[in-house]
Amino acid sequence: MTAPDMLDPLKTAETWKSDGREVAIATVVETWGSAPRQAGSHLVIDGEGNFEGSVSGGCVEGAVITEALDVIASGNAKMLEFGVADETAWRVGLSCGGRIQVFVERLG
Amino acid sequence: MRFEDLKKLNEARATRKAVVTVTDLATGEAQVLVESGSVGAPLGEAVAKALRSGKAGAVDVEGQALFLNVYLPPPRIVVIGAVHISQALARLAPVAGYDLTIIDPRTAFATEERFEGVELVADWPEDVLKQHPLDAYTALAAVTHDPKIDDFPLSQALKSGCFYVGALGSRKTHAKRVERLMEMGHSEEEITRIAAPIGLDIGAATPAEIALSTLAQIVQAFRRRDLVTGR
Repeated sequence: MTAPDMLDPLKTAETWKSDGREVAIATVVETWGSAPRQAGSHLVIDGEGNFEGSVSGGCVEGAVITEALDVIASGNAKMLEFGVADETAWRVGLSCGGRIQVFVERLG
Repeated sequence: MRFEDLKKLNEARATRKAVVTVTDLATGEAQVLVESGSVGAPLGEAVAKALRSGKAGAVDVEGQALFLNVYLPPPRIVVIGAVHISQALARLAPVAGYDLTIIDPRTAFATEERFEGVELVADWPEDVLKQHPLDAYTALAAVTHDPKIDDFPLSQALKSGCFYVGALGSRKTHAKRVERLMEMGHSEEEITRIAAPIGLDIGAATPAEIALSTLAQIVQAFRRRDLVTGR
């Protein structure tokens, strides 16, 4: 595998799914203020909690992975929101002060 | 997203095609549009705008909350010269997500051994660029500082509207190059588009550092390019 492949979460998702692993795709759909990753950025997660890519600068990935495991189990997509105004700010908020919306879906 | 759609998306991206995905945020249903110029209104306008700007975003189309994601082909760097700097640049570019091709007619330089896994063409730029013309999504970096090899591709890069044109060489070397390009019919204004000496001024001293400063300059040119004129 070459460097760009390793850094391409959507290719990783395809490989994982082909290998028979369950996969969820998280995508930044909206950002407000200062956000580290622009809309369209992907984080992909497998059923074991392995992940590739990013939706922030490492601030909220942990929470997204937890939610993704739920999405993999239930098959129902979820919209997540993170930001300073969020109640989760202390735990997994964006230290940069921005706000982001992340759509998490199961790869069918 | 369905697995079939992901495979379609990845395949299109691998072949340098522009793709827009449309996801219904209520149901998660997704559509993959590959270089689609013919999407019906009212979605068509949003798709066209996404392709123009390269920006993903949520849109409301007739009360439906949709998310449009855009996947444009990665910008390509064409390097003239299979030199030490190019060896470093060939390793840095893929990490930043840039495709890279190296052209050098000197077979002593352009060897598989020196450039393992890199797209390398041991031929004259005149011949190679005829087959694979430069375009607005291409950056050209000429690093041989041999006029016989560098001048033609530099001239082509200016004509093709490459988003970045850079040339290695001291100010003195560049001054002579400017004279030659003017004799080739380029205006002074056109020639000022050439970044020379090449690379951002970070005090780069080694070939690897010069490659890094060049890549940084290419990224700067790409991110700040004028989307309105298509450059």
